[in-house]
Amino acid sequence: MKKHILSLVVQNNFGVLARISSLFARRGYNIDSISASPTNEPKITKITVVVEADDELIEKVFKQVSKLEEVEQVTQIDERETVCKELALLKVGAEDTAVSAEISGVVLAYDGKILEIQQDAITVELTDIPSNVDAFVKALSKFKILEMCRTGVTAL
Amino acid sequence: MLKTGAEIVVEVLVEEGVDVVFGYPGGTVINIYDALLQNKDRVRHILTAHEQGASHAADGYARATGKTGVVIATSGPGATNIVTGIATAYMDSIPMVAITGNVTTDAIGRDSFQEVYITGVTVPITKHNFLVKKIEDLADTLREAFRIAQSGRPGPVLVDIPKDITVESYEFENKEPVKIQRHVPVKQEDVKHLAELINKSVRPVIYFGGGVISSGASEQLSTLMNTCSIPGCHTLMASGVLSYGDRLNLGMVGMHGHVSSAKAINESDLLIAVGTRFSDRVATNKEKFAPNAIKVQIDIDNAEIDKNVRTNFSIVGDVKDVLEKLMQYVTPSDRKQWLETIDKWREEIDYHPVDDQNSIKPFKLVEAISEMSGEDAIIVTDVGQHQMWTAQYCKRTKPRSFLTSGGLGTMGFSYGASMGAKIAFPDRRVVHITGDGGFHMNMNELCTSVTYGLPIITVIMNNNVLGMVRQWQELFFEKRYAYTTLDRKTDFVKLAEAFGAKGYRANTIAEFKEAFEKALQNDCPSVIECIIDRDEKVLPMIPPGGSFDDMIVD
Repeated sequence: MKKHILSLVVQNNFGVLARISSLFARRGYNIDSISASPTNEPKITKITVVVEADDELIEKVFKQVSKLEEVEQVTQIDERETVCKELALLKVGAEDTAVSAEISGVVLAYDGKILEIQQDAITVELTDIPSNVDAFVKALSKFKILEMCRTGVTAL
Repeated sequence: MLKTGAEIVVEVLVEEGVDVVFGYPGGTVINIYDALLQNKDRVRHILTAHEQGASHAADGYARATGKTGVVIATSGPGATNIVTGIATAYMDSIPMVAITGNVTTDAIGRDSFQEVYITGVTVPITKHNFLVKKIEDLADTLREAFRIAQSGRPGPVLVDIPKDITVESYEFENKEPVKIQRHVPVKQEDVKHLAELINKSVRPVIYFGGGVISSGASEQLSTLMNTCSIPGCHTLMASGVLSYGDRLNLGMVGMHGHVSSAKAINESDLLIAVGTRFSDRVATNKEKFAPNAIKVQIDIDNAEIDKNVRTNFSIVGDVKDVLEKLMQYVTPSDRKQWLETIDKWREEIDYHPVDDQNSIKPFKLVEAISEMSGEDAIIVTDVGQHQMWTAQYCKRTKPRSFLTSGGLGTMGFSYGASMGAKIAFPDRRVVHITGDGGFHMNMNELCTSVTYGLPIITVIMNNNVLGMVRQWQELFFEKRYAYTTLDRKTDFVKLAEAFGAKGYRANTIAEFKEAFEKALQNDCPSVIECIIDRDEKVLPMIPPGGSFDDMIVD
């Protein structure tokens, strides 16, 4: 199943995020990630949802979300055509300098950042389009990932 | 003019043309009730026995009239008691505004006495809901609730009002209600394309649902069908849209629909779904539904298109508008051969129940009710076997004259709904058909119909079992009747009398007719208990997940 990114322009009302996530739960759609943030318009919130779905399902999700009273606009986003980023933080185990060097190589290759070097671990960051973040995580998973979190996608 | 929040609630109700509300008072709506009392000449309030009854009454009122039904309940248990009523209205796309009180704004979130997060509870079963946080927003929020409930595909909207907001005062100015926009722009080429499909089709079938009633499109549907000789079958929700006895009316389709209408859909080369959603009680097997047809769907709700069954072509729009526009492009045709083939199926393959002089046969009972109460009567059912028997044999000829909980299948729906219908149409006969299971769920409302002098006739098909589940147990669980045999000793005649209604018992059709004749003359509610054999089944039946080929007829 493919990952789809939906960008929702919604009214900044009390409980709007709960209403949207409730719709996903109610209809049995899987949310891969969801992020919500204020915009330059105080009455508007932008929500970006990543959904794993086939083409038929994403069409249903799109229509159901569009129906919500507080949803003003729904756009399906292509990460390569829109300004669209996700941030990932990973703490990777590095028991010796050879491993550290290898990890640093990966981070460099993906244009990531090293945030902290501890005795036996390195904390790194990557902010990029979601598929590159996926690839970055995959590349690092041959090491021992001690902790990881991702913000979910945000898009303009 | 300066008005309290409670007064504003009443003013907006009047603005919206609401002349009756159903509800139950309580601590957080006490100010709203005070305002209702002050305005009792403008808005009538019907006090039910239970908030659930009030919610179904508002729903029944809406189903019978097409207007928005209004229910009022207090916070906490009052609000949760209307949840089933809201869900029932939601599943059948019935316009309803539910007004709930809540604890004062500073008490919200503290698990205060009778506090429930009802807007959270009702998110998945309302079109939308609101928590009013400032009195400045109250009037417009209520207006918005009425607009949302009626626009596009109708549905329930809940407005939760904390008590302090009903006490505060704010400047109120009357506004004209917004004109409800049902009209959705439709592309002319789409209408033309559909007309071409119709003109080319040799074996078309129209399959229509509750959307035709919401849209008020019975006439337009009938015109199209008659001009092009297209036979049509209906869902449970669309009973009464086409006149019973019309040659083109194939009757109900689905799990307990006619064999001939299932066959017609099976053999059709063009299936036009009008205001309906291919529910699992109609398209019992999604893959095998209308396997030989080009499938077309017309619906006002874009999210219904291709939701359950993938169609080949669709038009999002108001059914009435689309059907009207279609007329200029379709070619009149007699489709003689197709109609004759269907006539033949009706004779040869349809299920015809057999009468028995020794007992009351459900089909005979429903036919007798239908005949004796007349075409103008509104028939309301509960949920279960009696509901299907009624749908099969009640011979309705007008839309909004058969009220039933279709989508949610809510047992306990019918008495409240009957009261709503009777309040809406005091001069029309309202017959409430129920089972002994369903009646036990809402017979408390007998007190309401007695109090308000609503001469509703209740017919209980008493088989002393939960018949529909029992039927499934017989067919699919090797007759293991798990908890469906009701060993109850309720004396329905005495029960009716205890409430102040009249009660009758019938063991034969003759006895029933005699009792019904008396009930028709009563100016109080009547209850007629009819003894039915517990092994009576609803037939025909397509088992869940099955298709036309799996139909059970005996």
